[in-house]
Amino acid sequence: MDHAALIYRTRLPVRIWHWLNALSVFVMLMSGMMILNAHPWLYWGKFGANPDHAWLEIPNFPGSDVPFPPLLTIPSRYDLAAARQWHFFFAWVLAASLVAFLVYAVTSRHLVRDLWLRREERSPGHLWRDIKAHAALRFPTGDAARAYNPLQKLAYLGVLLVLLPLVVLTGLTMSPALNAAFPVLLDLFGGRQSARSIHFLCASGLALFIAAHLAMVLLAGPLNELRSMVTGWYRLPMEKRP
Amino acid sequence: MTILTRRNALVGGAGLMLAGCDRIVASPTVRKVLTLGEKATMSAQRLVTDRNALAPEFTRADLSPSFRVNGTRAPGSADYQRHAAENFANWRLAVGGMVAHPLSLSHAQLRAMPARSQITRHDCVEGWSAIGEWTGVPLALVLRHAGLSANARYVVFHCADDYAGKPYYESIDMVDAFHPQTILAHTMNRQPLSVGHGAPLRLRVERQLGYKQAKYVMRIEAVASLAGIHGGGGGYWEDHRGYQWYAGI
Repeated sequence: MDHAALIYRTRLPVRIWHWLNALSVFVMLMSGMMILNAHPWLYWGKFGANPDHAWLEIPNFPGSDVPFPPLLTIPSRYDLAAARQWHFFFAWVLAASLVAFLVYAVTSRHLVRDLWLRREERSPGHLWRDIKAHAALRFPTGDAARAYNPLQKLAYLGVLLVLLPLVVLTGLTMSPALNAAFPVLLDLFGGRQSARSIHFLCASGLALFIAAHLAMVLLAGPLNELRSMVTGWYRLPMEKRP
Repeated sequence: MTILTRRNALVGGAGLMLAGCDRIVASPTVRKVLTLGEKATMSAQRLVTDRNALAPEFTRADLSPSFRVNGTRAPGSADYQRHAAENFANWRLAVGGMVAHPLSLSHAQLRAMPARSQITRHDCVEGWSAIGEWTGVPLALVLRHAGLSANARYVVFHCADDYAGKPYYESIDMVDAFHPQTILAHTMNRQPLSVGHGAPLRLRVERQLGYKQAKYVMRIEAVASLAGIHGGGGGYWEDHRGYQWYAGI
């Protein structure tokens, strides 16, 4: 009988950042939903308020007078001031840990070695096979499971290099004081209300990622996955016998 | 039966979780730690921002077609209503506190003073924005006229309106008070300021959020400390609703 190999897959800085980021993203999403409860309409452009055209009007949760119900928000009952205290405290945790992790990922070559797609992985045929394998819930086994698979890499790169930096930058663009200091931020996103809309879309993207990520963890073996993100040690899934 | 029980357990569990979260949120220690975020934001913004960096100014083509009225729509006091009925002919702005020469300025005097016009964006803490054109006297000019004491650290704006039964007021520090775009606006979109938008005089402090833009300003007071003024938080929303004094984002 084969013994499934235990490998050291996730190094300490990755694990620390993962949990710090998970905590801050959850607090940001939950307090962010409370902030959005205060004015659940989104606009494009430089300005936007009740008389103007909103591209999205989030309907109230059934039986509630706000879109996001108490179970989803921090605090649970309507309190914009407290939600802002939570949001802008954890914004510092999120942004600082993101910058630190990006520096680590580049200098330690984690980004290039573990996350960047290898040449052969970038071919459409290879990606298509990976999509089909995911759709059929067939996951890599044996040696192939030592590395992240291409779709997994794309998801992680999307969060690390696109969604998280964009959510921080669009958040900063909503600051009137920083608009004065760095007006280029407004040009970059097309105005404060556009930045607010992009901020919401990025947050929605992060929420979708979390849903997919947790589903994959459950499907791939939650205890093994959890152990690798806590201790670093991961048991390679065994190859199926013919 | 089983389904009902499981459902009850779920609801009960969610309720327990909510109660636990609410306890964490309500804890004074937690709230105190969280205010470190506001302090860090203020320090960082002041560090990276040029003191005189101007808030973006727009063109008349960018004006909001309709500028939302927010907060008090018309102060209820008999005094204010008399002033409004007289078109503010007998209204006066008091400038006092830590100044060498306290001032009492009429609406006509304020309108005759050098003015600055700016088309800027008003950002409510709730998330919406509106663009308007504001014309008014630079606050720095008024403070210099009054001979502001070198020991004064804050400027407090006492307003004519009560909000939820409590007097509205706001305050800013000297960095914002002497910023070139900080004006006492008497004109909006080239019309005399309407009652809904704060007639006869409202503060524009363009690098901060909407609740700092005090409407119905009756009295300006220079002080060394905000302690002892109403709740000591520096403003109505700060005292009664826990909003940040430095509304930097």
